[in-house]
Amino acid sequence: MDYIRYIDRTHEYYRSQGYEKSYEYAHNEDIPFTPLRKPLAECRVTLVSTANFVLLDSDGNAMEALGVMGTKELDVHTCPSDWAVERIMSTSQDHDRYQTDMEDVNAFFPITRMREFLADGTFGSLSRDFYRTLPNYSARKTTEVDGPEILRRCLADGVDVALLTPV
Amino acid sequence: MCHQTVSLVARVLEAGGISTVTFTNARDIAASAGLPRQIFLNYPLGNPAGRPHDAENQREVLRAGLTLLEQATAPAIVDLPYRWSQSTEWMEKFMTDEQPFLTDEAEQARQEVIAKAKAQKRQMEGK
Repeated sequence: MDYIRYIDRTHEYYRSQGYEKSYEYAHNEDIPFTPLRKPLAECRVTLVSTANFVLLDSDGNAMEALGVMGTKELDVHTCPSDWAVERIMSTSQDHDRYQTDMEDVNAFFPITRMREFLADGTFGSLSRDFYRTLPNYSARKTTEVDGPEILRRCLADGVDVALLTPV
Repeated sequence: MCHQTVSLVARVLEAGGISTVTFTNARDIAASAGLPRQIFLNYPLGNPAGRPHDAENQREVLRAGLTLLEQATAPAIVDLPYRWSQSTEWMEKFMTDEQPFLTDEAEQARQEVIAKAKAQKRQMEGK
């Protein structure tokens, strides 16, 4: 199958920009694995994404500050799972802007599809909130700070399953 | 970077007892990070959950992930057959001189967004 090798291309890009060292991507041989323990129709499901967007009030004004990538502070934000998709506005800088404009939120944060799966009985329930964090160059920060906080909140809400979408 | 961050979060959730499936557009970065379940969709970055304005394609992509959740007994990658376009030109041009990841304008806009967000944050903290 033909697809972009992003790691190689990143290295080429850094070299072409005159950098001696490229970014070193995380590499893990060990992979944690938790089998699905019960039917999806009995599971509580959440959505986690690095999509950069802001929630809008009913007049279309942003209700929160724009997210800053790579922050050293806790970077865990929520979006209520019953939030109206029309009141989400992408602020992404990290997509292929020659190919896609991020106008359709469901292509990267499938909130409407999640509710469809709830309505047709595919899922038992949805978590109260869906989760957002932004891309971070520090693998350690994600693994030791933001990841555990999302886990903590998911467990407190009784989440069994998470669908994740990177942007 | 987004794929690495999401993959690492998925690993933390999975280790904590939550079953995960991640929908990706960058197969290699996610695989390198060691993702429990990956649904790879060969679309440009920004479309991990299916084609924009195509709800049926989005449903098919997500359903593939749910099937993987139900069937996988060990870490797995599923390559979906959907193509973004007949031509592979978008793959060749991405992150090249012709189509840099960020244009000068986009980089400037990014810096402005960062500055604005920082100012907004300072203002909120000052209240």
